[in-house]
This record gives sequence, C-alpha cells and structure tokens, in this order.
Amino acid sequence: MIGNLLILHEAPALALQLAIDGILIGAVFALAAYGMALVWGVTNIINVAQGEFVMLGGFIAVIGAEHGIPVLLAVPLAAACLYALGWVLYYAVIVHLVGRDMFNSVLATFGIAIVLQQLMAHVFGGADRIAVAGLGSWFFLDGLVVVDKMKVLVFAACIALGVGLALFLFRSRRGQAIRAVAQRPEAASVLGIDTRKVYGLTFALNAAICGAAGALAATYTVHPYGGLSYTIRAFMIVVVAGLGNLAGVIWAALGLGVAESFAGFVLGPQYQIAFVFALLVAILVFRNWRLRRQRRYLA
Amino acid sequence: MQGGRALTPKRLVLLAGLLAIGIAAPLVLPGYQLQLTELLLFMVFALAWDLVGGQMGYNSFGNVLFVGLGMYASAIVQVGLFYDVGLYNEARGGGTDFVFDASQFLSGLALGIPAAVLVSALAAWLLGSLVLTMRGHYFAICTLGLGIAAGQVAAGIPWIGAGSGMLTPNPPESLGDETLLLYYLALGLAIACALSFAWLLSARFGLALNAIRDDEDKAEAMGLRTHAVKVTAWVIAAGFLGAAGAIYGNLVRFIDPTQTAFAGATIGVWMILMALLGGKGTLLGPIVGAVVFQITKELFWTYLLGWQRVGLGLLIILVAVFFPSGIVGFVRERSAAKGRAGEQSP
Repeated sequence: MIGNLLILHEAPALALQLAIDGILIGAVFALAAYGMALVWGVTNIINVAQGEFVMLGGFIAVIGAEHGIPVLLAVPLAAACLYALGWVLYYAVIVHLVGRDMFNSVLATFGIAIVLQQLMAHVFGGADRIAVAGLGSWFFLDGLVVVDKMKVLVFAACIALGVGLALFLFRSRRGQAIRAVAQRPEAASVLGIDTRKVYGLTFALNAAICGAAGALAATYTVHPYGGLSYTIRAFMIVVVAGLGNLAGVIWAALGLGVAESFAGFVLGPQYQIAFVFALLVAILVFRNWRLRRQRRYLA
Repeated sequence: MQGGRALTPKRLVLLAGLLAIGIAAPLVLPGYQLQLTELLLFMVFALAWDLVGGQMGYNSFGNVLFVGLGMYASAIVQVGLFYDVGLYNEARGGGTDFVFDASQFLSGLALGIPAAVLVSALAAWLLGSLVLTMRGHYFAICTLGLGIAAGQVAAGIPWIGAGSGMLTPNPPESLGDETLLLYYLALGLAIACALSFAWLLSARFGLALNAIRDDEDKAEAMGLRTHAVKVTAWVIAAGFLGAAGAIYGNLVRFIDPTQTAFAGATIGVWMILMALLGGKGTLLGPIVGAVVFQITKELFWTYLLGWQRVGLGLLIILVAVFFPSGIVGFVRERSAAKGRAGEQSP
C-alpha cells in the first residue's frame, strides 16, 4: 500500500492516468445519482434498486453488442426498455409506497433489487460481461497515458444526456409539472396536475436514465450482483450534493470517480468496492457530526 | 398491555409445553435437525432486529454485520486456540494437520461463542455513537453500507481466508451428532433471547425504547437519556446476533465472507422480513415470523429450485407493501375491531 503511494509519487503520469479514468467513469455515476435525486425529491422514496436498473441497462447493451448493435445505439434501446419497466414497477409496487413510512419503501425497493439480481443472474449468467466497442485509444506522453476513445465517447454521451434531462425538467411542460409536485404536491394537484401520473413519470424517467447510464457503463463491466455499489454511489453523491443541485451532483460524481480510481490503485482492486461503502459511512458520519454541533441530525 | 404480560398459570403451562416441544423436536424429527436449528437462530436474528428496528424505530439494514463478526470471531477463536489461523486457512482447514479432538472442539465452542458476543457487542458500542445519531433514510442506507463494507473487507484479508472463505473446525467423530449439540445451544440462546427481551420490554427500558420510536425529540426533552438507551439496545441486539452468528457458522461449517457472513441480500434482509412478517414491534411477532418464514423458505427451496431467491424477493415486496402490520398486528387489529363491534351492539 505504501509502495503503491511511492509509485504514484514517482510517476505523475500514472496519477494523471488514474485521474482521467476516474473522471470518465464519474459521469456514469452522475447520471444514476441524478435519477436517484429526482425520485427522492419528488416521491421521497430512496430507490435501492437503482443499481439494478443500471446493470439491466448494461446487460441490454451487452446483448445488443453481441448482435452487432453499437453501444451508442443500445443506449436509447436500454432507456426505452427501462422506461417501460419503470412504469410497470410503478403501478405494481411504487404507487403504494408514495407517502408511506420510509422503512417500507427502502425494504420494498430492496426486494425489487433482489428479484432483479436473481432474474439477471438466471437470464444472463453470473459472470462479468463487457460490451466491447473496439474503437482503439489515444496515447499521450509517449504512451504513458492511455485514453480509451470509447470511454471519452461515453463521457460525452453522459453529458449530453444530463443536459437533455435538465432541459426537459426546466423547459418542458411536463418537467415543470415534475418540479411543481416536488415542491408542493397538494398545490400542484389543486392546479390540475395528476400527481400520481407525475410520480409514475418520475420513476419511469429515472429508470430510463439508469438504463442509459447502464448501457454506457457496459463498456466498463456489468455483473448481475454489481448493482448495489451503484446504488450506494448514487446515494453518496446525492448526500454530498444535496437534492436538486445538478452542478453539485456532477462535481461530487467526478470527485467520487477520481477518489475511487486512486483508492483502487493504492489499496488494491480487491478493496475498491469496500472503499466505496466505507466512504459512504465516513461521509454520513462526518456530516452528522457537523450537524450535531448545532444539535441537529441527518434525517 | 403491561398487565397482559403477567405470568398466569395458563401461560406457564403454555410456556412449559413450548419448552417440551423445543426439547423433543429434533428427536422426533431427526431429518429436520438442520432446519430446526436454523429456525431457532432465525428467531434470534428476528428478535434482535426487532429490538432496535421495531421497538426503537431504528430500521437497520446492516444487522448482518454483527452476525458476520460473530461468525468470524468464534471460528478464529475455535481454530486459534490450537493452531495457527493463517496456516489453517491457507490449507483450507483440510488434511490431517488440523484435527480437533472432542475436548478441543467443545472448549473451542465454549470460548468461541462468548468471544463472538464480545466482539459484536464491542463493535456495536463503537459504531453506535457514530451511527445511531442519524435517522430515517440516512440510518437505513448507512447501516446497509456498513454490512456490505464489512463483507468486502473480510474478502480481502488472507489471514481469515479472504474471498474463498473460512471453514469452521471439523467436529470429531467421537462427538457423535454435532448438529444436535448445536440445536440445543441454539435453543438455549433463543430462550435466553426471548426471556431477556420479555423482561427488558416489560421494564422501564422497554418504555424508553418505545418513547424513542414514537417521538425521540420529545423523549429527550422529558429527560430521557436517549443516546445511552439507543446504544444499550443496539449493543444488546448485537451481542445476541453475534452469538447466533457463531452457532450459525458452525452449523453451515463454511464461512463465505459475502454469501454467509455478511450476506446483506440473504440473512441480512431475511431477518427484517421475519420481523415484519410476524409483526414489527411485538415480542411474539418475530418468533411467529421466523416460523412462517422458515417453512416458506423450505417450501420455496423444494418447489422453486433455482428460483427460490426470486420468490423470497417477491415475498419481501409483498409483505413490505401490502402486509406491513404483520401476522400479530393483523390478528390484534381484527380482535380490536371485533371488540369495538361488540361494544356497539350490546
């Protein structure tokens, strides 16, 4: 571990490489986190199945790639599939949870996560899968820094999706309805907004975002049981950024990507996921400790 | 409510009957010893979860942390008393180099279980002051993260077998049927857990827990030392979870860091399901829930082979969404409704 730190110190190019890798994957985290913040803000539900949506989108892209569909074309496909699944899950489960005790919604979405994990393991098998793009790489600094072209493309696609989503929320009529319900559901429903539909739209939209993020994440790796770490990352990013803070989500996500990339190198790849979860606990404990000095608490 | 817990002769007979069934069950149904032992441990899991989740309103999703710590602590003590733990795990516990005779196995268990209690309770005490000041979503997700993080860390430590897990000591042939021994250990633990919780909940401590659940700020304003009560309850629950984990590890004989010890998606969420299914916030609920759950699980394993986890996931969703008051809650609501109907029509 100390040895790895020394290597970093002696080879700044490696540190640059790790930072670039982290920023590129961070964009995928940002999408999933923004979706979680949307559902959280509008319905007050934490969707624990968030990561499973991401993985499902990823598997759609992997299967697509095996049948000759390029990853970028698989993104709208995955988004559409997940959008439909989002509506189904909304009417089957989520609609009963809006306004209920948070414990029930966490447990029920955890249940959804378990069902999706098992179904994915059955359908797609329990191995790591990757959608290979084969676009080649750019080399900088005499080949010391390698940037995969596909990953840059994925980064750009994430930015485009994020901008599109923000435009939808702030410019379109339906986006306004979503924001109105998030602010004050009673007033929104008095003004003729069907709040139940808006809740459903929000949940399905979030699923679609996750699906798209997952299709893009498929160029890294997807695994049927890999979802929970995406859920935790999304939650952590939202906690750091706060609800409804798009810029904050982006910065937090990129920061997490970089931190994870360095941690994976310094501590060893087997501890990378442990680092994510430990960081979550550390962030929550730290924020709570700061609040406690004002006799408040995280709730 | 408080008067309802008094020990009337009728109840004493009932309890004695249950005890007799508990002692006789593995002898009458020798083919189901494993499942019955597991059932008793599940009861402890569910009761311990409910003390903090149901009675105190702190819905932890990471209690499996203490189960896993207990499993590892006990296994390490059981092995470490007689052999080098690192070498034992390197050899995957096998071969003729690592043989435990009856007295070694028994003394290992006798020291391993208290060690498990100690380690889990200590971890709960240390974490409690950090984690128990959060509420709502934050507490739920933070505990979930704790459980998973522990599994991932354990999977990276070669001394305890890393990702390929750790085997508990092989019971010697001369000991005979060790499942029966574990069954009676589990029975003793379950009885100790149920009785001590019944006592705690009937005392002032139970009222304090319920006050925290109902309105923590008000409870604190009335002079209740809420933080001390919360940490105490969490430590007690963790102690029982650790002991149950120690026995569970010996029952399954193989401790996988993410699949058995810190298995958030199986035991970790099952214990919540059991408490909820039986009736959250009641003493009887988790016990009833564990029985119903264990039967359901075994049926799923028999008839839905390969799809049992999907079935259990669906069960979690169904119970969380449509049956949140649980069996005991449902019966109480029904009898209360009947009582009201009776008053209205004399």
